[in-house]
Amino acid sequence: MILIEMLSWLFIGAGALLGIAGGIGIHRFPDFYSRLHAAGTTDTLCAALFLIGLAMQTGVSVASFKLLLIFAFLFFSSPTASHALANAAMLGNLKPYLDENNADQQP
Amino acid sequence: MKYPVKHVISLSVVLFLLWLGLSGHWTPLLVSLGIVSTLLTVYIAHRMDVIDHETYPAHMRLLMFRFWFFLAREIIAANIDVIRRVFKPGKNISPQMIKLPVTMETCLARVIYANSITLTPGTVSVNLEKDSVTVHALSIEGAEELRSGRMARAIPQDYVEE
Repeated sequence: MILIEMLSWLFIGAGALLGIAGGIGIHRFPDFYSRLHAAGTTDTLCAALFLIGLAMQTGVSVASFKLLLIFAFLFFSSPTASHALANAAMLGNLKPYLDENNADQQP
Repeated sequence: MKYPVKHVISLSVVLFLLWLGLSGHWTPLLVSLGIVSTLLTVYIAHRMDVIDHETYPAHMRLLMFRFWFFLAREIIAANIDVIRRVFKPGKNISPQMIKLPVTMETCLARVIYANSITLTPGTVSVNLEKDSVTVHALSIEGAEELRSGRMARAIPQDYVEE
C-alpha cells in the first residue's frame, strides 16, 4: 500500500513539474504557434500523469472510473481545441515565426 | 433501419454501464430506473437517427488499442523533446510550416490522423483539406518525423471503414 502511495505522489509530482515546464515554455517561445506546442505538453502528458496519480489514490472505485472518463474526454477534446485555435490563427492571417534556414518550407 | 440491431444492443449496454459507473448505485429500484433512462436515451437516439458508424463507431472496437499504445509512446517521446527544448538555452526551436499528403479514404481516418498530429506536442495540424494537411512543427526533426510517414502508416485504416 505504501508503495502505491509513493508511486501515486511520484506521478502527481511529475505532472506538476511538467505543468510548470509547459508554463515556462509558453513564456519562452516566440510566437503564438510555438506557444501552442508548449501548452500541448500540459494538455497531454501532464494531465495524464495527474489523472493516473489521482486514480491510484482512489483505487478501484466509482471515482477512478470518472477519472478514466475525464482522461478519455480530454484526449478527444484537447487536440480539437488546439486545432481550432491554430486554424483560427491561420484564417486570421497570423504569420508564424519560421526558421529561415530551411529552404523547402511552404506558406 | 439503416443500422444493424446489434448496434442498438451494444449502445444500450455501453450506456447502462456508463450510468452504473457514474452513479455507483446498486439497489434494485435505482438500477431499474437506470435501465429506464438508458432505454429512453437509446429511443431518442433512434428517433434522431444518430446511431450510425460515425456517432457510434462500434466497428473500431479493440483493434484501436494497438494504435492507442503506439500513440501513447509517441506522446511521451514528443513531450520529453518539447520539455528539453523549453529548457535549452539560446536558439532552441526551428519552427516549420509543412504540407503533408493525406492518403486516408474515410473522413474518420483523416480526422484521427490530424488529431494524432495535434495530440503529439511539437506538431499541430493547422488546416485539414481533402488530400492534404498543413502542419506547424516546432522543429525540423519533428517535421522530418512526420514526413517519414510513420504516423500515417500507424492509423488503423482497416478498422475505420465506412
